[in-house]
Amino acid sequence: MSEDLCFSTISELSRLMDSGALSAAELMGAVISRTKQVDGRIRAFNSFDEADALAQARASDERRARARAAGGDARSRPLEGIPVGFKDVISVAGQPLTASSRMLAGFVSPYDATVTRRLKDAGAICWGRLNLDEFAMGSSTENSAFGVTSNPWDLERVPGGSSGGSAAAVAAGEATAALGSDTGGSIRQPAALCNVVGLKPTYGRVSRYGLIAFASSLDQIGTFARSVGDAALVLGAIAGRDRRDSTSVDVGVPDYAAGAAAHAKSGRRWRLGIAKEYFGEGLDPEVGAAVQAAIDEYRALGCEISEVSLPHTKYAVGTYYIIATAECSSNLARYDGVRYGRRSERTTDAVDIFFKSRAEGFGPEVKRRIILGTYVLSSGYYDAYYLRAQKVRTLIRRDFLEAFARVDAILTPTSPTPAFRKGEKADPLAMYLNDIYTIGVNLAGLPGISIPCGFTRAGLPIGLQVIGQPFKETELLAVAGAYEGRCDWGRRRPKL
Amino acid sequence: MTYEAVIGLEVHVQLKTRSKMFSRVGAGYGHPENTLTDPVVLALPGTLPVMNKEALDKIIMAGLLLGCEIAPECKWDRKNYFYPDLPKNYQISQYDQPLCRGGSVEIELPGPARNVMGEHKRIPLTRIHLEEDVGKLNHGEGVSLVDFNRAGTPLMEIVSEPAIHSADEAFAYLTALKTVMIYGAISDCDMEKGQLRCDANISIRPAGSTSLGTKVELKNLNSFSFVRDGIASEVRRQIAVVGAGGTVPQETRDYDGQTGESKSLRSKEMAHDYRYFPDPDLMPVRVGEDWKSAVRALCPELPFDKQRRLLRDYGVPYTITSVLVPDRGLSDFFEEAARLCGNPKAAANWIANDLLRELGSARLNLAQSKVRPAHVAGLVRLVETGAIVSNAAKEVFTDMFQTGDTPEQVVARRGLAADVGAGELERWCAEAVAANPKSAADFRAGKESAINAFKGPVMRAAKGRADPKRVDEVLRRLLAG
Repeated sequence: MSEDLCFSTISELSRLMDSGALSAAELMGAVISRTKQVDGRIRAFNSFDEADALAQARASDERRARARAAGGDARSRPLEGIPVGFKDVISVAGQPLTASSRMLAGFVSPYDATVTRRLKDAGAICWGRLNLDEFAMGSSTENSAFGVTSNPWDLERVPGGSSGGSAAAVAAGEATAALGSDTGGSIRQPAALCNVVGLKPTYGRVSRYGLIAFASSLDQIGTFARSVGDAALVLGAIAGRDRRDSTSVDVGVPDYAAGAAAHAKSGRRWRLGIAKEYFGEGLDPEVGAAVQAAIDEYRALGCEISEVSLPHTKYAVGTYYIIATAECSSNLARYDGVRYGRRSERTTDAVDIFFKSRAEGFGPEVKRRIILGTYVLSSGYYDAYYLRAQKVRTLIRRDFLEAFARVDAILTPTSPTPAFRKGEKADPLAMYLNDIYTIGVNLAGLPGISIPCGFTRAGLPIGLQVIGQPFKETELLAVAGAYEGRCDWGRRRPKL
Repeated sequence: MTYEAVIGLEVHVQLKTRSKMFSRVGAGYGHPENTLTDPVVLALPGTLPVMNKEALDKIIMAGLLLGCEIAPECKWDRKNYFYPDLPKNYQISQYDQPLCRGGSVEIELPGPARNVMGEHKRIPLTRIHLEEDVGKLNHGEGVSLVDFNRAGTPLMEIVSEPAIHSADEAFAYLTALKTVMIYGAISDCDMEKGQLRCDANISIRPAGSTSLGTKVELKNLNSFSFVRDGIASEVRRQIAVVGAGGTVPQETRDYDGQTGESKSLRSKEMAHDYRYFPDPDLMPVRVGEDWKSAVRALCPELPFDKQRRLLRDYGVPYTITSVLVPDRGLSDFFEEAARLCGNPKAAANWIANDLLRELGSARLNLAQSKVRPAHVAGLVRLVETGAIVSNAAKEVFTDMFQTGDTPEQVVARRGLAADVGAGELERWCAEAVAANPKSAADFRAGKESAINAFKGPVMRAAKGRADPKRVDEVLRRLLAG
């Protein structure tokens, strides 16, 4: 029973709590004991506060009891009592905020991110702090300064990254849902590698206020969940214009779950595109076969499948690493040891505080990207790199928008390979290529989702990526849900 | 060889806004250290900037007042450099698309005498852009502390063309710029509070040449007189270097106002690479015609335009206009008093002399003054009608300044009313003239002192309550008639 609770969906848990058969405190207790039982092996969490989580759960139960006593709807809030984990780059007042970096070890944030405030308003319980590649830079969570997270399906392998802790926690039953951030695939790729649903919304759909910035023009907060329906519920709670984030867009927030359900009921035949550029060299044959099987499933559903071309795809990785590193070199300048965070103990003057604190505080991948970004923004190189990359970015976006004139969504593999072994990709470039199918979506600012679509013979999960049109998350969720309804990949549990 | 100085000024002006440039926390001066801060100002992890519209209103007004072209869009860039007073280690600024381009500042050079208007000319502007101010380092013994109260305050950088040719012109430029800023309520421009800061780019060239010499940037010009003295001394230094056969290297120099000396701060080779790029956290903001029109509707008359109007329409002397005009409130005060009493010259005298003197000795500003335009106008009328004598008027003014009572109330309370009505005075004067035909004839024959013979009888009849000046006026009129 206790383990079942840990692998139930939000809708299932809500029904139990609505009926009075389950309390939020019981659910939280089950998740806490599951976490204590398995996280020694998974290491999804950087930290969690058991007492605080239980206190939040009891407060949730009291809200529910009060609503019942008042004769109202016992479940007026969509996420009442649901434990949601946080990638350790999203601020929760009074909790640590470390970005898995020595630079922020011990830092406690004094304020709530906008998504945090909205989740609290929706009744959710702010559960623990989840591991990531330092400052969200990486695709394996091996770049964490605090320890490597293991893939629940094979402890020798990585969970993907950078939101590896979030993906692993949901996959291992340590959280009902989790927030992550996606700059180049950091939600979708670990979701694929861990057999969970990972949703990256349209750029501007969710406020970034309170998200530690990696690359501001690419970063977007999204969610890990056990089902497409759960992802819709979480998105509905966190989406919307925020006065604290000028890049958040004033587009109304629909009821995603209801909208997607309406599409399903109407039996809409989706026009789906297959981008040939996403099925080339480097794609693992087993992954290719599983994605092909998923496409066949869509065809069987009556969807219209056609080939689309995204000709500038080959420039995406280069473009991404110029824009993302340029922005990160500036975004990470604030970590200087002056106001907060790590300050070297052996300093002689102000400049020395900068040099030594940053030398000691940042790991090698973060340093590599800061140096790259500083270089591409330098006087004399700006036009050749940054400015040109921005132009290519426009072309990449145009590719997608032209394709969307003919199709409702695009289907691709999420990652070219299943989870790889820890330490296998020591070469940074090999690691970067892991994101080739996901970064175009960030460059174009589009919504994308990864859903489970099978396993390799060795038992490693495979993900299908669905790419949608700007601000059409309802349609994206409906397309993903149509496939999800015909298979049970997502219901499988890793043996721990 | 004679040389000409070529000077361009970069002036930073703090905008007078309620909150900071990119956060909701209040902006101000003189608060306890680090109390005007919030997570955004301190650049805590995850925080984002949001633009303050009021700051944009103010720079648009500055641009309109100075005749600049206003950009159709406000775009933000990051200027990257590390310094402990800069919380994000980048400053949000405007690089390639400043909000204002062109325009000019009208200046007045010192005239040949204090009471003669000097030559006017226009100093063209290159650009005006908006950015955020930095914090402040307080150096103690073995420790430096940072106060972030100032960090994030809206700051406008006004860059002139290298079209200033003397220290006096630079001084006049700053004075004129400050007056315009105060008129538009754009900034208080108090240099002591750091609300106006000035750097100068200075070079020399042979007189008559049109090429530009190597420029030296002079920093730390912390007061209007330091600007003037610092520039004068730098020009002398450069002429001496070139005169001795040397060359002036491109560098930044630090001016010490106490010693009047400057020393090299850094050479050209050490210049920063600021790695400017568009700030991805801030969307460009469209500045449409409707926005500009709304600000234009709030634009005040420019100070020099107002001065020309006071000279032309009211006939107020130049010296007094140059006291009234720099203070928008004072000149408005004057216009209101002049309108109420219909005697601008008399009103201007009371304001420029008595009111300013009283305010100065009481250490009050105009807004705190109990004397309002209606008080001044009432007093002018009482004197005009002869209801009080001019000595009594001074007493009435001092009393009004203390109590805020109307002039009529003061006159009644202190018994200062001239006992003589205009009719009575007229009669006494006529009687005195009639009683002494010899002195009347002497006066008409040109013996000026003969008029005094009538004054004693008139003053006796008035029991000393007649205004000698008015007695004199009435007698002269009767004797002339």
